[in-house]
Amino acid sequence: MNNVFVYCEIEDGHVAEVSQELLTKGRSLADELNCKLEAIAIGSQLDEIGKQIIPYGVDTLYIADDKRLSPFQTLPHTSIVVNLFKEEKPQIALMGASSIGRDLGPRVSSALHSGLTADCTSLVIGDHFDKKQDKNYENLLYQIRPAFGGNIIATIINPDCRPQMATVREGVMKKEIRDPKYKGKEVKLDVAKYVSDTDFVVEIIDRQVEKSKLNIKGAPIVVAGGYGMGSKENFNLLYELADVLGGEVGASRAAVDAGYTAHERQIGQTGVTVRPKLYIACGISGQIQHRAGMEESAQIIAINTDPEAPINAIADYVINGDVAEVIPKMIKYYKKNTK
Amino acid sequence: MKAYNIIVLAKQVPDTRNVGKDAMKADGTINRAVLPAIFNPEDLNALEQALRIKDKFPGSTVKILTMGPGRAADIIREGLFRGADGGILLTDRAFAGSDTLATSYALGQALKKMGNIDIIIAGRQAIDGDTAQVGPQVAEKLGMLQITYVEEVIELKSKKITVKRRLENGVETVRCPLPLVMTVNGTAPDCRARNAKRIMRYKHAKTVTELQKENEDYTHMYNDRPDLNIPEWTVNDIETDPSQLGLNGSPTKVKTVENVVLHAKDSKVISALDAEIEAMMIELIESHTIG
Repeated sequence: MNNVFVYCEIEDGHVAEVSQELLTKGRSLADELNCKLEAIAIGSQLDEIGKQIIPYGVDTLYIADDKRLSPFQTLPHTSIVVNLFKEEKPQIALMGASSIGRDLGPRVSSALHSGLTADCTSLVIGDHFDKKQDKNYENLLYQIRPAFGGNIIATIINPDCRPQMATVREGVMKKEIRDPKYKGKEVKLDVAKYVSDTDFVVEIIDRQVEKSKLNIKGAPIVVAGGYGMGSKENFNLLYELADVLGGEVGASRAAVDAGYTAHERQIGQTGVTVRPKLYIACGISGQIQHRAGMEESAQIIAINTDPEAPINAIADYVINGDVAEVIPKMIKYYKKNTK
Repeated sequence: MKAYNIIVLAKQVPDTRNVGKDAMKADGTINRAVLPAIFNPEDLNALEQALRIKDKFPGSTVKILTMGPGRAADIIREGLFRGADGGILLTDRAFAGSDTLATSYALGQALKKMGNIDIIIAGRQAIDGDTAQVGPQVAEKLGMLQITYVEEVIELKSKKITVKRRLENGVETVRCPLPLVMTVNGTAPDCRARNAKRIMRYKHAKTVTELQKENEDYTHMYNDRPDLNIPEWTVNDIETDPSQLGLNGSPTKVKTVENVVLHAKDSKVISALDAEIEAMMIELIESHTIG
């Protein structure tokens, strides 16, 4: 009761990266709150799944195993989570801000009348004093996220309703195994008790999911372009530079919205979070949502014609100039000095 | 052939995509006056999907439900210009301060009153919050099925709909029974443009509140043309539990809002001159950052 809960997404027998990251975060929240970390895995053929999940420091893993439960479907997964939460009454529930978590999370919060905050960039425990009620709340989950076009950072709390629910994007939290031999227990749920047959109304006719070939998250160097690149053609310069340096190309949301490149390259609060050795921001102004996805890069170069661009404030090198002029020079002098 | 009753959920939002330097006031609050209010982009994708069904199944109706202040009547007019049959503006001080859950509750109660709905279509998310929560939360409040991230309706027949969904790393085609709530992705086709004839026909469509502010007397016109009246529903027009409305009905509270403050790094500022760029590249190579 009143523990921290993580919903684990499973694809092809593997626990999703974002869920592993949330298990790590969940463990540290549970330590701070002096409570247990619990997790739920819903899918099919999950006999071995505990080996992947419990080492993150999970005290109780609930498993709902039924061949109809994979791939993910809204209603059956919602029913299991809602009914389990009614029994276990977690104080905190975390889900990935993925296409699954963002489908399931709001549904569960609506059923339980509990608050949900999407796309948090930070989760911490803190107190809250409510002046109107003259009441002090201890150990609430602060759900921190940029809002309103990135001009503000909001701290959201759920003083009275439980669980306090939050979704977090992949890459925002760091994953770390607690102990490969961690002793947690597995509880197999009687699926028929949690889901009714009428929940299975959706027929999945076709499903084409491919593992992304892109590995922006793991790239040591990221060359990212923004709206300031001006065109899809100019984006080719970024591919050239990334190719020469051995990196990947990323983009700001504005560049993706403008159609310069695909959404899977988007870096920031609503995209991927990266921590490369070197981040080269080309024609990116650097709104907070973008910075949230890259500010932990070891070194940052900002190439921009606007000396006032917010990105410059967090850059190690600021190049005041036109990307179309600067990038070819970087390629040239890299080649010259690495021969 | 069957006709369908479709409701589009749409929101008027500040255009946060084009936030300029004057968006924040000196005291750290948002200067809403400089942000234009627009039709939430993905709600336009949703409207297009609804209109396509109407094109294919004559006799179908497309109505817009929007919740917001009086000026959100613009959303209904915009919908009329593009092909919707009408809409309802849900507006009341009692809804102020609603989080996504309280919003969903109010919309859900309005939808229950509208009744007899086959398909509810909403944009995936609104750009002022990016939460993507209201669609699924409404579906749960109504006990309806939801299908999120829809990109295309492939087939609609005998109370079953087949749609293509866009997931993070792929696509999924699903078939499911009506009624349902679907949320539409920004990758779905853009909404058709306004139609000139429809603009002429509906430019005087107004809510009662707007009519009261009119100087000229158009009364005769509104009597002859009931389709020009945009219904305005307040909290008194729908059945509600006051404890679930507005700020009180919102489980999430904003504890603090901080203006973004940049902690400037000690950065080297250089120009595009060859010598300066070469010096930087050499530093990066020597520090093993690259190479």
